[in-house]
Amino acid sequence: MVIFVAPRNSIHLEEKYLKRKYDPILPKKAEWPVVKLARERKEFVIKVSKESENRVLGLTGNDPEILKEELETTLYREKLRIKKNPWAVDPDDEADFWGDVKKDLLTLSTGPKLSDKRKFKEYNKILYRITNRYAEEIASNFKTTYYKFTRSVVTYGFSRLLNAARVKGFRSVFSNQYTLQDKIQITGETDQLRDLATKGTIVMVPTHFSNLDSILIGWIISVLGLPPFIYGAGLNLFNISIFAYFMNALGAYKVDRRKKNLLYLETLKTYSKEAIQFGCHSLFFPGGTRSRSGNIEKKLKLGLLSTAIEAQRANYQEGKLDVAGKVFVVPVTINYHFVLEAPSLIRDYLSITGQERYYKENDEFSTSYKISKFLVKFFTKGSDISVSIGKAMDVLGNFVDEDGNSIDKNGRVINTQDYFISEGKISEDSQREEEYTNRLGVRIVEEFHRINKVFSSHLVAFTAFELIKKKNAKLDLFDLIRLPEEEIHIPYEEFKEACQMVLDQIWTLKEQDQINTAPHMSLPMDELIEDGLQNVGMYHAKRPLIKDAAGDLVTEDMSLLYFYHNRLTGYGLDKLFR
Amino acid sequence: MDSTSSSDKTQKPIGVVGVGSFGAAIAIMLAEKGDVLVYARNQEIVEEINSSQTLSGKAIPANIKATTSPEEVCKNCDLLFFMISSSGFQEVTRTFAPFLFPYHVIIHGTKGLCLNLPEGKTLDQMERMKRSQILTMSELIMEETVVVRVGCLAGPNLSKELRQGQPAATVVASKYNEVILEGQRLLRSEKFQVYGNSDIVGVELSGVLKNIIAIAAGALAGLGLGENAKGLLISRGMVEMIHLGNELGGSIKSVMGLAGVGDLVATCNSSNSRNYTVGYRLAKGEKLKDIIADMEEVAEGINTVRIIKAFLESTDLRAPITENLYKVLFEDLPISDALQFLMKYPFSVDVDFV
Repeated sequence: MVIFVAPRNSIHLEEKYLKRKYDPILPKKAEWPVVKLARERKEFVIKVSKESENRVLGLTGNDPEILKEELETTLYREKLRIKKNPWAVDPDDEADFWGDVKKDLLTLSTGPKLSDKRKFKEYNKILYRITNRYAEEIASNFKTTYYKFTRSVVTYGFSRLLNAARVKGFRSVFSNQYTLQDKIQITGETDQLRDLATKGTIVMVPTHFSNLDSILIGWIISVLGLPPFIYGAGLNLFNISIFAYFMNALGAYKVDRRKKNLLYLETLKTYSKEAIQFGCHSLFFPGGTRSRSGNIEKKLKLGLLSTAIEAQRANYQEGKLDVAGKVFVVPVTINYHFVLEAPSLIRDYLSITGQERYYKENDEFSTSYKISKFLVKFFTKGSDISVSIGKAMDVLGNFVDEDGNSIDKNGRVINTQDYFISEGKISEDSQREEEYTNRLGVRIVEEFHRINKVFSSHLVAFTAFELIKKKNAKLDLFDLIRLPEEEIHIPYEEFKEACQMVLDQIWTLKEQDQINTAPHMSLPMDELIEDGLQNVGMYHAKRPLIKDAAGDLVTEDMSLLYFYHNRLTGYGLDKLFR
Repeated sequence: MDSTSSSDKTQKPIGVVGVGSFGAAIAIMLAEKGDVLVYARNQEIVEEINSSQTLSGKAIPANIKATTSPEEVCKNCDLLFFMISSSGFQEVTRTFAPFLFPYHVIIHGTKGLCLNLPEGKTLDQMERMKRSQILTMSELIMEETVVVRVGCLAGPNLSKELRQGQPAATVVASKYNEVILEGQRLLRSEKFQVYGNSDIVGVELSGVLKNIIAIAAGALAGLGLGENAKGLLISRGMVEMIHLGNELGGSIKSVMGLAGVGDLVATCNSSNSRNYTVGYRLAKGEKLKDIIADMEEVAEGINTVRIIKAFLESTDLRAPITENLYKVLFEDLPISDALQFLMKYPFSVDVDFV
């Protein structure tokens, strides 16, 4: 293997980043909520199945006819899915199971006439069989040994690669000069997170740009000394053996996006809600899937987020009014120069939003080989990652103090349970909770923007794209992206001036606590641009932004430039170019 | 501190903040369903209610009590009706904020806008305004207090007619069904119909924007024009309200409902309305500052015209009635010229919003 050693810029070493060692908050693994859950997996699956059954019954108003219709719809969709969209992870007995459901439904509607009560009971039985199957399928297979092994592989393997890349010379593979923590910087409210994780239940909500994020976050959770978090991972990831292993090790439960039927969605939500109530810290990627456009998530998918609110309310209903029953929402942003999947993500985005038919490329994460290749690239080239941990909030988006008390805008302590009180009692109101979920989503997006860290590569990509847009003011986005690359050319001085203008505005925003910056942003402008250009989309075959022989700026791929530019949209910076 | 001190008594009194004409009418309607505790800043009014059970000399139901203490209202009531003029809204909300908790529900009945400007700026200095700098009253409540379950009342509800017990209807709007249901339960009676709407911002905006058209309606009457002109104005005014409301975040449907068209028709025919009077007197040749000088309270529409004008500067939207009214009010454009302009304006399509 030939390892290219990128020239290391001394600037990264100047950064005032303290590498800290965090002791585990729960040294005994038996105390980890996820271990306890794994021990009680069987009972837990039954509990989830029963509650999901009740929820579906509630939603169908206990009406046998509506229930029957819902069962038939589910059956129809599942048969269609099995036929049209089978995956490697699908269990072998799927066709048989649904065949049996079909038979039983048929017997009920054509067979001997039963009393309404009896009929309802029979439908109910089928319903339970389905929710039980779903709950079994969703439930995670966490194993402590897997976890330990994975963690050491990740830490050991990654740091070997890292040292090979950064310390020149023979035997560098065995050097310990660099550790993963040099590469991935964790900043923000780490102490508060650790502290609150011992008091209540954490729901962590990170931005999502790359499939690597889940592994990255898993590693960060472990570095911070936190017990593993559970999270819903797309079932498609379990198609790939290397990912399946990681996912199981990280306490992932499975989310199958192909199944959109009521029964499945209710079971999934119940699983998440019950796990939070069980005390398992959870991880939601609230953007749903990875950000296609490279934007920080503007509008969140709220499905699973609503389960945090439900769990909080249910805890209050069960009389858990103290901090032990409290759910804390912690936004996290992951900032990097480079997103491996950028080319296919942005093409997806453009083909969804635009008229242009882009042909679909292969997913870079489609095979274990490609992932391994990426990991080698990733750790052998100097491109740092920073992870910002935001302030913890209650499920209504109020910040909390060190004891987990919610604090309102005027610094007053308020009780979160008050939000669920109606006529003096804590009550369940799904419409109310839907609104609360929307509010929480808005608050998370606000926090994402606030804690997001600007990197040099974001600055150069944003500035270059906006300059090109300004020069072609008459073109819409799609025409702009189809501009022939050889026609695009930005003189260096003009570019530098524009970068300064954007940066000045970023400083202003930072003063207002609207955005954050990486330490390297205080470099002199020429060096900053140099750093940005070196890093922006550095592993792509076609680079989004480079200097030509004359020192002016050119692009090899407009849509990639657009993707990296998007990281700074949503701050009103584009108005500078009007 | 125990903020969940909401006691277990099933029937807590309903709070009514402000006993102007509309506030009094609502308090009397609420008293049919249960006890009412009203808040007034004026000590004499409170004493009059508590000692002689009258308000401005007119008898009111015995289960209405009064206080000057915001704390007392917040402690005793879970549901509060804010019935305050828009000019005093922010101040009153701030005095209540320290005593309000997330279990409180507030329904307001104020048709106006409030500004959320950078420190030290006033409306005069703002050439253009972004949506985020304009607050509807529900947005103001959520900005200033921890209450999230907020609703509003809007519709053709002339206080005088309500107190006479004439049949009428209102809209209770809120994002929360529980707020709508509670509002309906408390206000609905044989003579009062209550509709629900989940688009609270759209409903609030309808009540606000119709004030602009009401000034124009007064002006037409002042010019001595007839019913054809009024029909024209109401219809074009509704289109303008729809476009403005939509741009400000309300839905088209709300403008078409009781709070929009319903209130617009009522106000454009009501010579009692302050907004209508402003337009009428302008058309008769009086100057704006003289009209304002001898009105007890500023007509809300004047303020709304200025805010919407500044908002229009930050959008690509055209709103010919508002823009011309602005010129009449603040740039001395003669009303007849404004009318001329509107008659020549290329409104080529009758309905372009559905």
